[in-house]
Amino acid sequence: MNVAIIDYGSGNLRSAAKAFERAARESGIEATIDLCTTPDDLANADRIVLPGVGAFGDCRRGLERLPGMVDALNRTVIERGRPFLGICVGMQLMASVGREHGDHPGLDWIPGEVVAIEPAADAAPEDGVPGGLRVPHMGWNDLAFRLPAHPVLTGIASGSHVYFVHSYRMKCREARHVLASIEYGCRVSAMIGRDNMVGTQFHPEKSQATGLQLIANFLRWRP
Amino acid sequence: MLKARIIPCLDVAGGRVVKGVKFVDLKDAGDPVEQAKVYDRQGADELCFLDITASHENRDTIYDVVRGTAEQCFMPLTVGGGVRTVEDIRKLLRAGADKVSINTAAVERPDFVREAAEKFGTQCIVLAIDAKATAPGRYAVFTHGGRRATELEAVAWAQRMVDLGAGEILLTSMDRDGTRAGYDVGLVRAIADAVSVPVIASGGVGTLAHLVEGVRDGHASAVLAASIFHYGEYSVADAKAALHAAGIPVRLTI
Repeated sequence: MNVAIIDYGSGNLRSAAKAFERAARESGIEATIDLCTTPDDLANADRIVLPGVGAFGDCRRGLERLPGMVDALNRTVIERGRPFLGICVGMQLMASVGREHGDHPGLDWIPGEVVAIEPAADAAPEDGVPGGLRVPHMGWNDLAFRLPAHPVLTGIASGSHVYFVHSYRMKCREARHVLASIEYGCRVSAMIGRDNMVGTQFHPEKSQATGLQLIANFLRWRP
Repeated sequence: MLKARIIPCLDVAGGRVVKGVKFVDLKDAGDPVEQAKVYDRQGADELCFLDITASHENRDTIYDVVRGTAEQCFMPLTVGGGVRTVEDIRKLLRAGADKVSINTAAVERPDFVREAAEKFGTQCIVLAIDAKATAPGRYAVFTHGGRRATELEAVAWAQRMVDLGAGEILLTSMDRDGTRAGYDVGLVRAIADAVSVPVIASGGVGTLAHLVEGVRDGHASAVLAASIFHYGEYSVADAKAALHAAGIPVRLTI
């Protein structure tokens, strides 16, 4: 199996690649993990991963700087139905629009917008969250699954913790696209998806055993 | 609900852990990667490396440490110490760090924090503050590992750095560091209540009750400790059990 992690200059992909290698090895899946920068690299990919850190607009521009990449993504994921995983801003890019430092178009695969997390101005430690509701939302939060649980969540219990670091959140227009959520002042989309695509606001590659399990599930997934 | 984080910190010089680490089950207790794996297994929520390499020539060893750790531990990793340029940050992130902490370089040139945040995102820029009480409720910022005083007042400095793009604050009390007398809770609370980003309390932990105080009374989002974990007195799991018993939400892993 060929796994293409799209490298458009957004942050460090080394740990993501290592996590995929480890997850594949531990679950007995033969997989080659490649960092790819050209549309041709996507043609032979059985799985496509779009990571992303930093600002929405910067990531969108980074993706545009790889000639033909956005078209290739639409072709392989939408037309040919290859399983796709977006991580953090890579998930947010699946939205129609991102509203971080101005409006920027997303890939428009999942109807919705990416908006700032705005905890109540008077949020205090009394609300129970250690240290109060701060931005970025940084640390481990527990997932509540939409049932029945998505195949990519197989073997993971609802209530499991995963690692987040983000200041913006995806507001899906359709509730059915939210596969898991967390509480942070309000309900925040933690995992979204439809058909052959999923996206995680959290970082599976930084979420220890739970993250590796999710990655292995994604590699096994046959949507 | 978001959980309080427990962060073991390892001091590294020339690619080796310094300050005694006394785990019995380690083949090479001086190897930071071996240490990191122990904390990973114990369910640490994050890991912090502080590079205290004095000579410039040995600086590159930290990249190997970060690379080796990131290949084996799939958890968030913060690296600080001697981070002075955008290129330093780029190299650390490329090696596998998730966040870098900046201290002296921010004091010398505050705009460095803004440039770093614009380039890499606020989520990976941690401002490290070493502070010392100068009068009741007044704290001065120190640099160069706590050796050099500045004119800066810690609360105002923290606020200014958050405005420029710091996404988290790692706050160490110079009065308490190494004393095992507990966090300077007044300091932690003064900063935590003044900024909107998460604050990591550091310096002075001697007992598990101190960790509880950092979160409950200091309003820290995360607590960092070194020696109580290194000497095997307490495991990360012990620390989580103590916070949990005090009613603070934590991620219980084992």
